[in-house]
Amino acid sequence: MNALLVVEDLHKRYGREEVLKGVSFELERGETKVIIGPSGTGKSTLLRCINRLTEPDRGRVWLDGVEVTSPKTNINRIRAQIGFVFQDFNLFTHLTALENVRLGPMRVLGMKKAEATRLAMEELARVGLADKAEAYPAQLSGGQQQRVSIARALAMNPKLILFDEPTSALDPELIGEVLTVMTKLAQEGMTMIVVTHEMGFARSVADEIIFMEKGVIVEQGPPAQLFSSPKHPRTAEFLRKITELYGGEG
Amino acid sequence: MGFLGQLGQVGHYLPMLLRASLVNLELLWALLLIGFSLGTLVALLQVYGGRLLGTLAYIYEWVFRSVPALVLLFLFYYGPSHFGLDIQSFLAACLALGFRSSAYQSQIFRGAIQAIPTGQMVAARALGMSRPRAILHVILPQAFRLAIPGWSNEFSSVTKDTTLAYAVGLNEIMRYAKIVMDRQYELAMATFIVVALVFLAFTYSGNALLGQLERRFRIPGLQMPGATL
Repeated sequence: MNALLVVEDLHKRYGREEVLKGVSFELERGETKVIIGPSGTGKSTLLRCINRLTEPDRGRVWLDGVEVTSPKTNINRIRAQIGFVFQDFNLFTHLTALENVRLGPMRVLGMKKAEATRLAMEELARVGLADKAEAYPAQLSGGQQQRVSIARALAMNPKLILFDEPTSALDPELIGEVLTVMTKLAQEGMTMIVVTHEMGFARSVADEIIFMEKGVIVEQGPPAQLFSSPKHPRTAEFLRKITELYGGEG
Repeated sequence: MGFLGQLGQVGHYLPMLLRASLVNLELLWALLLIGFSLGTLVALLQVYGGRLLGTLAYIYEWVFRSVPALVLLFLFYYGPSHFGLDIQSFLAACLALGFRSSAYQSQIFRGAIQAIPTGQMVAARALGMSRPRAILHVILPQAFRLAIPGWSNEFSSVTKDTTLAYAVGLNEIMRYAKIVMDRQYELAMATFIVVALVFLAFTYSGNALLGQLERRFRIPGLQMPGATL
């Protein structure tokens, strides 16, 4: 197994509704995959099943050769290697930006405070927020909060980062700063899976795009091919709709 | 003798009454300590304890919130002697009123814990924190802040409840007030006014401290919703 992440036949059901109906894909080191698709098609559930924030009903996941879904695996150790960026940021409200970023290194990786602080400052600088280290989340704009949450993920030195609609809760004028940070990360070789409706980002940054609908992968391929000549009529229809909604470069 | 004269006479007994009030303070500390630690534990068990431990925590809370304080005191004071155990009144009061306060405090803490958005726990777990670690570093620091206003209410109640220990013979302020009254019945009203003043002072300073605590730990940028409307 060469791929960094292998997802095999994931199933998830909430009551009567089957949200994931057998999803499989692989992710190479340094790759950026973008998952697109209509709301309620299981994209977020898929991300959450990867680090078992949601327990899949069936199917398996491997990270770097270790089976994430095995009951014998220490899931906390796996999660520490997978960054997760939430739609609504979920920064710890009682901690400053700096404290948010260094909490994981200190309390999960056991890093000393001074070292964790130095690392956290580096990561904050990386997302352009070194000057906001002492600010509390409630004192930051949505875009700044999301950048802090990216820094929080980065500080764990993760093998990959999962982004769950990272710009969907943001005012339009704040989306750009977050996408810029994510684009830079992708260029630096970070491995990422991004669920998003930002087609401009998908087109320019993704190595591969996955189009999901109703719990299955309808189509996947490089952005140039998927955007210009989608094989599946559903993909074409979705892309047309979303372009109307968000504009060509979204 | 006028009322002022009576107050003047109570002045004689003031050192004795104030010394006795230290016992109330001592008991108060013990009750808050027991109530806080057990109350936090019970709240955590109710929220995170699963079915068995959660149910046990609910039964504990139900019992200690339902049985009258005096009944609890008598149970803890006279109960052990039935089994040949001699229990001191201070200890009996600590247990009876401490458990009782923990039951009340548990509900203050449970409400505060449940008011924390789930995203906080999810984000902590996503970082690889175990659940206890997430509770310790993320949930409780936020919950305790939310709990301060409700807790200051319980603080006032517990402060006053220390006088109930009079019923099991603890040498606290009420007992000495009663001694003064037995000696000079005409001083009864003046004496109990002094006792009332002592408790006004207790709750005033306690609430001032709690207010400071609340301001000290207020999260910058976060306001009470509607505070500026």
